[in-house]
Amino acid sequence: MSDISSHRERGSLLVADARTKRRNAAEARFRAYGMIAIGVAMAALVTLLVSIFGNGSSAFRQTFVTVPIALPAETLDPSGSRDPAEMAKVTTIGYGNVLKAGVVAAVREAGVAPEGIADNDISGILSQEAPAQLRSMVLANPELIGTTVETRLLAHGRIDGFFKGRVTMQSAERDSNVTPERLQLATAMRDAGMMSSGFNWGFVTMPDASDQRPEAAGLGVAILGSLYMMAVVLCLSVPIGVAASIYLEEFAPKNRWTDVIEVNISNLAAVPSIVFGILGLAMFINFAHLPQSAPIVGGLVLTLMTVPTIIISTRAALKAVPPSIRDAALGIGASRMQTVFHHVLPLAMPGILTGTIIGLAQALGETAPLLLIGMVAFVRDYPGGLFDPSSALPVQVYNWTQRSDPAFVERASGAIIVLLVFLICMNAIAIILRRRFERRW
Amino acid sequence: MSVMKLSASVLALAVAATGAHAQARNQVQVAGSSTVLPYSTIVAEAFGENFDFPTPVIQSGGSSAGLQQFCQGIGENTPDIANSSRLIRDSEIETCAANGVTDIMAVQIGYDGIVFASDVNGNEFAFTPADWYKALAAQVVVDGALVANPYTTWNEVNPDLPNQPILAFIPGTKHGTREVFGEKVMAAGCEESGALEALTALSDEDTAEEQCGAIRTDGKSVDIDGDYTETLARIQSDKNGIGVFGLSFYENNTNTLRVATMSGVVPSTESIASGEYPVSRPLQFYVKKAHIGVIPGLKEFVEFFVSDDMAGPNGPLAAYGLVSDPELAATQAAVAAEETM
Repeated sequence: MSDISSHRERGSLLVADARTKRRNAAEARFRAYGMIAIGVAMAALVTLLVSIFGNGSSAFRQTFVTVPIALPAETLDPSGSRDPAEMAKVTTIGYGNVLKAGVVAAVREAGVAPEGIADNDISGILSQEAPAQLRSMVLANPELIGTTVETRLLAHGRIDGFFKGRVTMQSAERDSNVTPERLQLATAMRDAGMMSSGFNWGFVTMPDASDQRPEAAGLGVAILGSLYMMAVVLCLSVPIGVAASIYLEEFAPKNRWTDVIEVNISNLAAVPSIVFGILGLAMFINFAHLPQSAPIVGGLVLTLMTVPTIIISTRAALKAVPPSIRDAALGIGASRMQTVFHHVLPLAMPGILTGTIIGLAQALGETAPLLLIGMVAFVRDYPGGLFDPSSALPVQVYNWTQRSDPAFVERASGAIIVLLVFLICMNAIAIILRRRFERRW
Repeated sequence: MSVMKLSASVLALAVAATGAHAQARNQVQVAGSSTVLPYSTIVAEAFGENFDFPTPVIQSGGSSAGLQQFCQGIGENTPDIANSSRLIRDSEIETCAANGVTDIMAVQIGYDGIVFASDVNGNEFAFTPADWYKALAAQVVVDGALVANPYTTWNEVNPDLPNQPILAFIPGTKHGTREVFGEKVMAAGCEESGALEALTALSDEDTAEEQCGAIRTDGKSVDIDGDYTETLARIQSDKNGIGVFGLSFYENNTNTLRVATMSGVVPSTESIASGEYPVSRPLQFYVKKAHIGVIPGLKEFVEFFVSDDMAGPNGPLAAYGLVSDPELAATQAAVAAEETM
């Protein structure tokens, strides 16, 4: 046996030879590529987040007007019975007039009105949602009638936009929805403490609003709809997905059929989501006659989409449990089912939960299949159950980006922030579960 | 075996819930045009506030998609109302009839203007349909011969227009607005400029009319398949662009857009109502008569929509940009009598 080292030139260990230098340089280059790749990804993420937060964070603050409003009994309760059913006959148009008179009187009294401002300009600082706010307040508490109540009402979207820098004196001159006088009045009212801005709880609790009231638009219905859908997805896809993968992994014989099934499951996981929407329309709405726009249909469609993801991750988690565990259980006399349910499944649980949460997070952000089953809709009433119409968070983002009023740009970005917060929470739970319960062998 | 039991019971529950659903739909459902959508949402919102019925649910997906859903049949899981920015086609009426949807009420709610607008700090434009035809036609007649459109700037088309490169953002073919643009601008301009005659002289009349509507594809005219918000974004990124918008969209964005006149008329609800401004179209919706009395609140909603409080000249729809229909009283009477087409 010849000495291999004798064929090589002997160099000092302290001085790198040409080949070592080349290899070191290659490594340094590779590291640089890696850092550039991460840098590009981070830059994209930062740009996205900065633009979304820059546009959307203002959606969480809203301008409110606090004025005393007199509630005359003769217009608001002509019958004098204080019966809410009778009083409901007075429409928001009637309340609009009461409100207009109230705000004009309050502003003139406080002496903040600029010279020669018209009454219409004064009442124009209020949102068109304000009459409805006042009406539901009075109907909920008929005793208020005949008194003067200090009320906190939404300001018009353009006034709100003025304080957020979206509307300026120059743009107001060209704008048919606002006048410079109104903006002057708004500034004076803010200085007098009649107008203030505060955290906008309405943005997460109130339902969507029409194009004329961007200031009143909220995510309440969309969040509720998304939660209903996620509940349906969770209740259906976990049992189906876990049962299917346990059978395939632990009990099914390995033959051509199971191979075909396996290939199909992997394929299904990669099918574009709109296809599931078409399937859902044909199956659940046209064939099963389930209602349109309902979270049950959305949930079923998203279940179809999520099941393959859950099967794949569950099978991976089951595979990761070492065979020695099964052998030991079988060796002391457990049946195969006992082996699976007492030993393998508990050990695979963290992996299964992680896969489930990631699948759910994917389903939460999905819009395309919902387009076809009527969930891209204007819905104002909170859904009381799975069969009531509702919208969903990503759909609300899509809807708002199409609206003509510039105030909806802020709302759409705000909705993205809410969606991101939901996703971050879900992914954080997945990571915590993995960290705390996952066992490695 | 708790996991098995749990899954089995959840599945059973889900199946039971799916099967047990038999309760009647209690809210009105609307589908269709994205142009009519904002008006529909304004009325639906006010309807939900003031009536004991739930707020109607309004889907949008375009006039054609809405009418297709509408014509799928009678029953709770089909929409009660289809919004449309164009008139229903004969083929759609046939499809409807084949699926049992026979008694359809047509309700015209008013008119919508189509305006041409560019960046607020850019040049001012005063167009005629003939300018648009010359600027956007695929082929034009020059010295008696048909040549590919040679114009690259607006002042080549018409010396009175500014020297600005031609760049137009027009609605894509899936929009009802494109149909109106083709008819009221391109076809009208073709005739007005005398091109129709010249084209007819070169071939026959049918070919000439087809050539009138053909739009150049060399990048000077860009089809926008998205919404007006996309057109606005394109204009903001390329200040030379001129976009086609609905009047209500322009009125909400007057601080970023400058509107052009058409044949010397500034678009406004007044000039459209009087018929002076040439590019406008009626907006309407179609109602299934068979659903009236079955779906609670349907007739009340339709009546409320066309009431003077909503669709009248001082109502919220007019404030948003709808041109109120002078024949509104006739529409109200037709709705009250449930007249069908």
